[in-house]
Amino acid sequence: MLTKRIIPCLDIKEGRTVKGTNFVDLRDAGDPVELGAFYAENGADELVFLDITATIDNRKTLVELVRQVARQVNIPFTVGGGIGSIEDVSALLNAGADKVSINSSAVRRPGLIDELALQFGSQCIIVAIDTRFVEGVDWVHTHGGRNITPIKTVEWAKEVEQRGAGEILLTSMDTDGTKAGFANKLTAEISTNASIPIIASGGAGTMEDFYDVFTLGKADAGLAASIFHFKEIEINALKNYLAKKGIPMRI
Amino acid sequence: MNIAIIKYNAGNVASVMYALDRIGAKYTWTDDEKVIQAADKVIFPGVGEASTAMAYLKEKKLDQLIPTLKQPVLATCIGMQLLCKHSEENDTDCMGVFDVNITRFQSNTLKIPHVGWNSIKSQGENDLMKGLNETEFVYFVHSFYAPVYQNTSAICDYIQPFSAMLQKDNFFAAQFHAEISGKVGQKIIQNFLDL
Repeated sequence: MLTKRIIPCLDIKEGRTVKGTNFVDLRDAGDPVELGAFYAENGADELVFLDITATIDNRKTLVELVRQVARQVNIPFTVGGGIGSIEDVSALLNAGADKVSINSSAVRRPGLIDELALQFGSQCIIVAIDTRFVEGVDWVHTHGGRNITPIKTVEWAKEVEQRGAGEILLTSMDTDGTKAGFANKLTAEISTNASIPIIASGGAGTMEDFYDVFTLGKADAGLAASIFHFKEIEINALKNYLAKKGIPMRI
Repeated sequence: MNIAIIKYNAGNVASVMYALDRIGAKYTWTDDEKVIQAADKVIFPGVGEASTAMAYLKEKKLDQLIPTLKQPVLATCIGMQLLCKHSEENDTDCMGVFDVNITRFQSNTLKIPHVGWNSIKSQGENDLMKGLNETEFVYFVHSFYAPVYQNTSAICDYIQPFSAMLQKDNFFAAQFHAEISGKVGQKIIQNFLDL
């Protein structure tokens, strides 16, 4: 049976992991390669590396980092943050990334999704959607959720699929950082209407939140950062908990 | 040992190369007929679309060479589909090592492509799953599949049972991505290298 995926997200700044401070058993928790390999060994189904600085200077550092991760890690991993062109994607895939995630650049120029899907195949193109509920409607936001756009989230999800996105990474800015649970209603609405997988992100605080996002939210994968980095929840324990409650998991 | 990875226009092969690096195997990435013929083992990887890939293989005459290879050949993902008889993906005639046709998943309820970790079950003779459990998890990304038939060596179930692995003489094939399927994938590649 196809399993639901648990995905830790590693934020990268200038080639270093931020927020990984509770990993006392690692030699260097700030080393994305070591942290990525640790997660791969301890039950993660995939990894997402998000370059939160994403400046041109950092591009070379990021490509080199991707190469190091690909050498060490034997599960699929995605790279996101500041990706805006075919050249960016080509460099990251050639360095060994399995997928890339694009966000603001796709909102700015939706045709980029078509071009990337045609060039590299839909399977490696994830479109990340940051969403916030404003005056009764879920709107797409860009630039880490700071800027509102006139695009409705539900409509945008349909459009990115039609244009060739292989997966959607849906982050609710309303729940992100709250640890009060994922945005299950919106996730379910988008997942039910989509034929591509939905990775839900934002709001994970407890094991039950993951159970809810897979049942109520109908998500295909659940992504979180700090609860894993600070070892509030260990991935293997989470997967055992979910499996016992009947969610298909790779144990 | 001398491993040839077949070079063609189907996706990037960095993950395959790194997987071999982790095992400590040496390889050459090549579309040179002589180099491929002289290799001890041949890996035919790929991510991409069937008709474009076949057109490139034909141009390089690799479509003639590959089915005649005598050393162990491991084909993965689109590589496996190209070794079958025909693919529904843009109505493409393939190499016909495996006497089965590739068709597209159809479902009103389940998502297509089939993406993620799914369990495979070893079936009959399966040299690449030696030392593994009868059922293991591996990572899939695909919209087209080979039905179960007499050369199926592992079965996966998504929408309906399909061939996760094929095995016939010196030809071995996997629909999933062994190179990013964790320790299980690594063992499958190791088993292939140990043949």
